[in-house]
Amino acid sequence: MEGALSAVPSETGGRLRGSRCADCAVAAYPADPACPRCGGPAEPVALSGTGTLWTWTVQRYAPKSPPYVPPAAGFAPFTVGYVELAEGVRVLAVLDIRPEDAEIGMPLTITAGDGVPRATGAVV
Amino acid sequence: MTAEDVLVCGAGITSFARTEESGRQLAVRAVRDALADAGLPWARVRAAYGGSDAAGNADTLVAELGLTGIPFTNVRNGCATGGSALVSAVDAIRSGAADVALAVGFDKHPRGAFDPRPADWGLDEAYGRDGLMVTTQFFAMKIQRYMHDYGISPRTLALVAEKAYANGVLNPHAWRRKPLDATEILASGMVNDPLTRYMFCSPGQGAVALVLCSRAVARRLGGTAVALRAAVVRTRRFGSFEVFSPWAPSGTPTSVTADAAQLAFEAAGLGPGDIDVCQLQDTESGAEVMHMAECGFCAHGDQESLIPFGATGIGGSLPVNTDGGCIANGEPIGASGLRQVHEIVQQLRGRAGERQVPGGPATGFTHVYGAPGVSACTVLTR
Repeated sequence: MEGALSAVPSETGGRLRGSRCADCAVAAYPADPACPRCGGPAEPVALSGTGTLWTWTVQRYAPKSPPYVPPAAGFAPFTVGYVELAEGVRVLAVLDIRPEDAEIGMPLTITAGDGVPRATGAVV
Repeated sequence: MTAEDVLVCGAGITSFARTEESGRQLAVRAVRDALADAGLPWARVRAAYGGSDAAGNADTLVAELGLTGIPFTNVRNGCATGGSALVSAVDAIRSGAADVALAVGFDKHPRGAFDPRPADWGLDEAYGRDGLMVTTQFFAMKIQRYMHDYGISPRTLALVAEKAYANGVLNPHAWRRKPLDATEILASGMVNDPLTRYMFCSPGQGAVALVLCSRAVARRLGGTAVALRAAVVRTRRFGSFEVFSPWAPSGTPTSVTADAAQLAFEAAGLGPGDIDVCQLQDTESGAEVMHMAECGFCAHGDQESLIPFGATGIGGSLPVNTDGGCIANGEPIGASGLRQVHEIVQQLRGRAGERQVPGGPATGFTHVYGAPGVSACTVLTR
C-alpha cells in the first residue's frame, strides 16, 4: 500500500526507514520509490535516530473510533509532534513525554515500531 | 481579444443555522434569492457551476429551478468547491461563452462530521489506529510553531474568536449569534494545545448563490454590480505543511495561500494595501492570524500589535471576517467560499446592515484554505 510504514526494526536497528532522491537529495518518510519533489527514483535510507522537536500539541479528547483504537487501559491524553531530523525531514510521531515537558527545540530520540513513529526525551 | 469584465449582479444566501431543510432545498432557495437580487429569471442563465461535499449533486437542482437545457457542471473539490465553481463561471463570462452564469455552493454536515479514512489519503492504517488522523491536531501544531516563531499570544487567539462571535451577533444569517468574550473562550476547554473549544468552527449547513454577468448585461440591469477582478485556485507546492502529513520537509514552509493570494492580486492589478475589507479562512483562530500574513496584509508577527487593538474589527483599519467567518457561521464545505464572496459583495454595495464597514469600502478580498493544501482567492471592487 502507498505510504505504508513498512518499518522492520530489526533491519534498521529501530531507526525509521525513509528514502532519499538520487538526483535532488530530498529525503522523505515513509520510504517512497519516487521523489516527492522531482518524481525521480529514490533509494531507501535509514533515518537518524535523534532529532529536535519542531512543533507539538496534546490530543486532549479521544479521537473517533474507528479508525482510532484506544489502548487497553482506555484513552488518556497524549502528546504528538513533528521531530526534525538531520536528513531534512520533520517526522510526525507520538511523543512519550508529559505535555508539560514539551518544548520546541528539545532533543528527542525517535524509533520505528509496531505503528506510527514514537519519540521520547533524549539523554543529553 | 480582450477578455470580458465579470460582474456580480446577484447574490443569495440562506441562514447558516441548523434547520430541518436538506442541502438541496437550501441551494434552491439561495439560487432564487440571487436571481431575484439580480432581477433576472432562471431562463436567462446560460451556464451554471456548483457543488457540495456531502449534500448531493448541484446539477439536479434544475428539477426545481426549471429545465431550460443549459450546461450545469458539478464541482466537487473539497474546501475549494465554491472557489472552483466560481472560477468556471468567471471563465464562461470572460470567454464570451455566456453573458449570465451561476455559481452555487451548498452543504449540510451532521454534528461531528468529517471521518477521514487513512486509505483515502494514501496513509498507513497505523495513523488512524494510533490517533494521528485528527484535523484539529494539525491546526494546533501549525499555530503552535507560528506562536513560537513570531510571538503570538494565546490571548490574541481568543480575541480572534471574540470578534467572530461579536460579528455573528450582527449578522442575521450567522449560526452562532451569542457574544463570547476572550476570557470565556480561553476557559472553554483545551482541544489541542493551544486551541480551545470556542476557537474552532464546526461542520454546519448553508447555501450561497452568485449570479455573474458581462458588462453589457450589467449596464442594462442597472443597480450596483460589483466587479470580480480576480478568482484564483491553487494547490500546494513541495515544502508546504499540511493536514495528515506523516512528514514535512525542513526549512520555512511554502504556502499555497500565499501563492493564490499573490496571483489574485497580480490578476486584479491591486495589492493587499489597496483592500478595504477581507474575508480570510478561519477554521480556527490561529488560521485567521496566519492567513493575515500569508495573504500579505501584514508582516509575520505584526498580528500581535494589530488584533488586540481592534484593527481587524468592523471599525478597524483592516476589517476581517465581518460576517463572523467560519467560527460564527460554521463550515458547510461547499458553501463556505461563496459565503465569503457574498459578504464582500454586500459590503461593497453598502448593504451589510448592522455589520456594514463604515466609510463606503470600495475593494474586498476573499481567501479559502483547505485540505490537502488548496487555496482559492478573489479580489472584488465597486
